[in-house]
Amino acid sequence: MAVSGLILLAYLVAHVMGNLKVFFGPDEFNAYGHWLRTMGAPVLHHGWALWIVRVGLLAAVIAHGVSAYQLSRLDRRARPTRYVHKRRRASYATRTMRWGGVIIALFVVWHLLDLTTLTVNGNAQPGHPYENVVATFSTWYGNVIYLVAMLAVGLHVRHGFWSAAQTLGVGSARRDRALKAAATTLALVLTAGFVAVPVAVMTGVVS
Amino acid sequence: MRLTLRVWRQKNADAPGTMATYEVDGISPDMSFLEMLDTLNEELILRGEEPVAFDHDCREGICGACSLVINGDAHGPERTTTCQLHMRSFRDGDTIDVEPWRAAAFPVVKDLVVDRSSFDRIIQAGGYVSAPTGSAPEAHATPVPKADADRAFEHAECIGCGACVAACPNGSAMLFTSAKVNHLNVLPQGAPERESRVLDMVAQMDAEGFGGCTLTGECATACPKGIPLPSISAMNREWLRATRRRVV
Amino acid sequence: MSAYTSYTTGEPIADTKAPKGPVAERWDTRRFEAKLVNPANRRKHTVIVVGTGLAGGSAGATLAEQGYHVVQFCYQDSPRRAHSIAAQGGINAAKNYRNDGDSVHRLFYDTVKGGDFRARESNVHRLAQISVQIIDQCVAQGVPFAREYGGLLDTRSFGGVQVSRTFYARGQTGQQLLLGAYQALSRQIAAGNVEMHPRTEMLDLLVVDGRARGIVARDLVTGEITTHVADAVVLASGGYGNVFHLSTNAVNSNATAIWRAHRRGAYFANPCFTQIHPTCIPRTGDHQSKLTLMSESLRNDGRIWVPRAQGDTRPPNEIPEDERDYYLERIYPSFGNLVPRDIASRAAKNVCDEGRGVGPGGQGVYLDFADAIRRMGRGKVEEKYGNLFDMYERITAEDPYEVPMRIYPAVHYTMGGLWVDYDLQTTVPGLFAIGEANFSDHGANRLGASALMQGLADGYFVLPSTVNDYLARVPGLPPVAGDHPAVAGAVAETEDRLRRLLAVDGDRTPDSFHRELGELMWDRCGMARSDRGLREALARIPEIREEFWRRVKVPGSGEELNQSLEKANRIVDYLELAELMCLDALHRTESCGGHFREESQTPDGEAARKDEEFSYAAAWEFTGTGRAPVLHREDLVFEYVHPTQRSYA
Repeated sequence: MAVSGLILLAYLVAHVMGNLKVFFGPDEFNAYGHWLRTMGAPVLHHGWALWIVRVGLLAAVIAHGVSAYQLSRLDRRARPTRYVHKRRRASYATRTMRWGGVIIALFVVWHLLDLTTLTVNGNAQPGHPYENVVATFSTWYGNVIYLVAMLAVGLHVRHGFWSAAQTLGVGSARRDRALKAAATTLALVLTAGFVAVPVAVMTGVVS
Repeated sequence: MRLTLRVWRQKNADAPGTMATYEVDGISPDMSFLEMLDTLNEELILRGEEPVAFDHDCREGICGACSLVINGDAHGPERTTTCQLHMRSFRDGDTIDVEPWRAAAFPVVKDLVVDRSSFDRIIQAGGYVSAPTGSAPEAHATPVPKADADRAFEHAECIGCGACVAACPNGSAMLFTSAKVNHLNVLPQGAPERESRVLDMVAQMDAEGFGGCTLTGECATACPKGIPLPSISAMNREWLRATRRRVV
Repeated sequence: MSAYTSYTTGEPIADTKAPKGPVAERWDTRRFEAKLVNPANRRKHTVIVVGTGLAGGSAGATLAEQGYHVVQFCYQDSPRRAHSIAAQGGINAAKNYRNDGDSVHRLFYDTVKGGDFRARESNVHRLAQISVQIIDQCVAQGVPFAREYGGLLDTRSFGGVQVSRTFYARGQTGQQLLLGAYQALSRQIAAGNVEMHPRTEMLDLLVVDGRARGIVARDLVTGEITTHVADAVVLASGGYGNVFHLSTNAVNSNATAIWRAHRRGAYFANPCFTQIHPTCIPRTGDHQSKLTLMSESLRNDGRIWVPRAQGDTRPPNEIPEDERDYYLERIYPSFGNLVPRDIASRAAKNVCDEGRGVGPGGQGVYLDFADAIRRMGRGKVEEKYGNLFDMYERITAEDPYEVPMRIYPAVHYTMGGLWVDYDLQTTVPGLFAIGEANFSDHGANRLGASALMQGLADGYFVLPSTVNDYLARVPGLPPVAGDHPAVAGAVAETEDRLRRLLAVDGDRTPDSFHRELGELMWDRCGMARSDRGLREALARIPEIREEFWRRVKVPGSGEELNQSLEKANRIVDYLELAELMCLDALHRTESCGGHFREESQTPDGEAARKDEEFSYAAAWEFTGTGRAPVLHREDLVFEYVHPTQRSYA
């Protein structure tokens, strides 16, 4: 759970940095999209590096999902009878890890269909990611789906990062505040970075 | 004070249970929660009904026997044991829900009494130092830095009540197990069995059917002795270290 | 209805196990003379241990380590919950780490003197010797004692002594020592050497051909009555303070194991020697189910006082210094607030009887930390006593950092118990009693931090060395069949008693009888006892007993978890034991230690001992419920510590 989560988190950091290139105009953003495919050349064949990353990510996603499923099953089995008196437990970020994770997973599927395979994209021009992004965020539902998902990502990272640190034994009473601060900062920066793109499209900064 | 109690009643481990409603009157704010239940039970006996069974013994917050979930909180609204919770924490006219610890590893025995022997088996798996009587060296032979002794004590304070499990949405026993692992692993006397202790205790904990830890922090919030949440991380560190050493 | 106020006198009794010779060599000699059981043969012997407190837990673990097959019982859901866990202050040991003049001999001397010269010298000396090993053993187990910055063990002072020999783990020493014993026991349970029966209560002793051969027990969950056979039986079931209903004991602590053993032939010694602890939180009302102790260690830094004037109702902080009476410091200048428990308790009772008590009903005195906070700072006080202050505030809703604590004496410990010889064996061969369950080491008053010492000394070191001798000398105990008349008889009696309790179906709760008995005992057999009061109690107890069997109401059945039945069955025994306590108190017309007879005091109100008449332990033999028991005297010989009137002035 912790290890796969951290791999995915590292990917998100790279992803948000790439996203922000959108502010430098279509040429630079599309060139960046192109580089992702030529990355590793000439040692690797065109697109291979990207596929290696994709396979790695897929493995991490599967590992993360499977462990989440197993953990949830274990946890439900550990409390077969629920309390009659219901009471809210833990922080919002902590409570929403499970369903937040599911929301993020569904979003990823839509996100791939929208901007990778372009199956559901209104523009759908292969090789023109900038224009495709603008097309997505020109629809109201594209924005809503994306914003909701990014909030979920923020909450997920907020608890996930700190929690992974505990699982890996990095936590301690002395370090706890620093770890919590790092988790919050990371979550805020990621969410803000991702959200900046649709907001820019909506406000016409990017068009 | 006059109160309405809704109490979990269950004849035995196999019978279905249900919440039963009772009215109690003349409750003094100076009563402990258990003394309030004593009052109810006295009335039930005289009415020819069966009194409510609940675990309790020392009634001074140290034996760890008492174990009630009150309005959804393990040991109730204050950070203490049920026996040290006083009725002044409630208001006249309140309705109070009283339930047993809920966990697969703590099956209900009767009413509010649960079986916590799974905790004993976790300790039996390695929560000790193998120091047969008579084999001890002079006590001052190994000085222990005060900071380490204090840290060990902080964890040794655990009373094994199980509130951590009751409060955890996942029914996990990580805080309990980590308290004992950290108590002994931090001391030089516990060092020789440091690795086998953490591995065996964690394995037993899993075998007992406790849930996994998702670091919700509910355990540490409910703990009447204030065992801190970072104990869990410290135990994970010990577990990873032991696993690494066993593999390498 | 039968009542007694007299007794018959039987043959004197004597300890025949302690070797002659210098007191410091007796334990070595005894261990050398004791026969041993071949290690290979030990696993063929089963030893039953009842109770898992400091004494029982340590005994079970040690006997199992030696190779015996141990079958152990506790009524709690886990052996970790025995009431030793609630001991707060500390454990004594003659380590002399402070270089303050301590020694084994001084601990021995202090304990005999503190017990007001009513304990057996050889036992007490052995206790002092072993105290040193206990600390080593506990440290090796990982008990986190308080330490100094140099990494060495810290100590503090306790009542009745002038050296600093009390080792502690904040205010939770009992908890930490018990967890050490519990962990050692857990290790043996995991190894299969101890068969542990939690939630199982001993209800009778099996005596076959004159030897203790097992117990009758009730599974508290299923209600099943079971018998367990062994080669020796060890009772580590604690004291009987709950006869008083309100005490600092756990609510379920009870006297059934020792009382049933007494009924089967084990003599009960000095039942009237009960300790009233001076520093407990005063009671708040009739609903009270137990009293909570505030550790004696608080008397190291807290100052005890009451207003000089009667009926002074001003808040404590408004009473000026010169209108306060720090009565312990005034009457006992050299020990001050650290006089032994019996003296501190009686002094508190006296000032309250004078009408100078504080708090609701005038049943309290102040324990004031204002000076200590001024001297050491709040932080230091918090570090030393923080958990006790928190506990006080939780119970009383008063902040002891701001307002002085109110305290009042409460029943805490019972020095009396089953009579045992030097080997800790009772008058029933094969039946041993250890810890608070026996009478052996504290005489008429126990010093603070000595109960933990005795429990662990008995369990870790003494009993495992003496059980050997018994088992080695009686080889070839025949197996006991389930239908043996002694077994079948004990089971039938137990089942019959429970059935009768359920059948009464009266109109009073078991608790109401317990409360009534407790109030009677506290009034007539508590801090001060008189001929008249004791005779009244002896007349009243059989009446309560008769009424109990006529009017008690126990709902439910015997074939399930039935806490009312458990309680009622314990009260049956309290109602008999209380009578013996009063008789013992009536017959001992001297004052000594915790036993204060109003007729026997010095002109200034101190206890007056009568050594010529009462320098003996009173061992009582049971003859039947409500029938006069037989007194067997064990004369106490003092070769090393010569009895003097105790002076702490």
